[in-house]
Amino acid sequence: RAGLSAKPSQYSTVEEPTSYEAVTTYNNFYEFGTGKDDPARNAHMLTTEGWQVQIDGLVDKPGTWTMDDVLAGTTLEERIYRFRCVEAWSMVVPWVGFELADLLNRVGVQPSAKYVAFETALRPEEMPGVRTRVLDWPYVEGLRLDEAMNPLTIMATGVYDEPMPNQNGAPIRLVVPWKYGFKSIKSIVRITLTEDEPPTSWNKANGREYGFYSNVNPEVSHPRWSQATEREVGGGLLAKRKPTLMFNGYGQEVASLYDGMDLAKYY
Amino acid sequence: MLHLMDPINSALRRVPAWLLYPLGALPVAWLFWAGIRGDLGVDPVKAIEHWLGLWGLWLLIATLAITPLQRHAGLRLVRFRRAIGLLGFYYIAAHLAVWLVLDVQIPAQIWGDILKRPYITIGMVAFVLMIPLALTSNNWALRRLGGERWRRLHRLTYLVVPLGAVHFVMVVKGWQVEPFYYLAAILGLLALRLRPGRMLRSRSAART
Repeated sequence: RAGLSAKPSQYSTVEEPTSYEAVTTYNNFYEFGTGKDDPARNAHMLTTEGWQVQIDGLVDKPGTWTMDDVLAGTTLEERIYRFRCVEAWSMVVPWVGFELADLLNRVGVQPSAKYVAFETALRPEEMPGVRTRVLDWPYVEGLRLDEAMNPLTIMATGVYDEPMPNQNGAPIRLVVPWKYGFKSIKSIVRITLTEDEPPTSWNKANGREYGFYSNVNPEVSHPRWSQATEREVGGGLLAKRKPTLMFNGYGQEVASLYDGMDLAKYY
Repeated sequence: MLHLMDPINSALRRVPAWLLYPLGALPVAWLFWAGIRGDLGVDPVKAIEHWLGLWGLWLLIATLAITPLQRHAGLRLVRFRRAIGLLGFYYIAAHLAVWLVLDVQIPAQIWGDILKRPYITIGMVAFVLMIPLALTSNNWALRRLGGERWRRLHRLTYLVVPLGAVHFVMVVKGWQVEPFYYLAAILGLLALRLRPGRMLRSRSAART
């Protein structure tokens, strides 16, 4: 393996990471198909060479960044995070990345900015899944600025100390470990600082099931299933369910972001 | 068309219907074996649950196809319909058992899910409606009920199978096309049974 020599982080969990095989073959990345194994089968079609990320909106230095620009001067860290999907399965993933706050500080966030919007690449010739309108493409996501600036929020460029596999969102993706997995948008081509809450793909598709915040919350059910427990992927045929933790266990770091908010209303 | 089917039909007459039961059990045995061996990917529970449900739906759709195939293509498969329908029921029962025992695991949550989650409610309703059909899928029950009452009861199939497809449409995230193909196929197969002329005649006959 390549060996990104990422530095260990105080934010990593001590839990045992899910196997590399599970992390890289069990994916939701609907641009490459809705089956869990479709991304691993189809994402090789994505060309990541020459990748560019446009950063615009309410920033001091808007512009288009190459991956070299993005990574220049950053220190890659290994962040071993719990990952909880809205479908009630979970993993432990050793991400490699850097804090989003670091990138946002480099572009200079203007005082009027309150949200960060993200957009995934849309390339019909490389993404067989976008031929059907499962979602309104391109995939978009968003965070409140204080969520984006939280040290737990990272831009990931690798897993298991090697460059990000395409099916996991190469070359650069968001990871927000206290929110359901779909918030952690993959293969990002655009980051826009905005004053208003940006639209998000799953919220547009079904607002009753997927809220803007989508914080992991065992007490607020998804309308079609309970979120109280989860099945850890890779545990085999007889894996026991385990209780889901509020904010996916990251309450100490992030609960204060939501002081005074009714999380059943802002789900 | 009928001439074309004659050799096929006479060959099929020599195939005993009971053969379908052991054949139908093979994929299920293979599925669990593959799950134990780790050949079903990293989430074998979901994989087994999904395949049992999907194969069950295929078998139930096949039972709906038998009459139209005979009527419009001359293919005689009625002898196999009971076995196909019962296998469909067994697959769905296994699908349900995997969901209960390996997936949800928590009895308190199961009951809540059945009541609160419409896709599970619909799936459960369809399963419960299949039970009387499975119980009466034998010659003794057919004799006891009499042909007309037995046929009327088994028209529940026309409700059960579309409910199964609706359950599939509702369980997936977003608007995925695959479950809609099945729902469309089922509605098409049911539409082939509607014979407007005959319906009008029987309705006016009932009135006189």
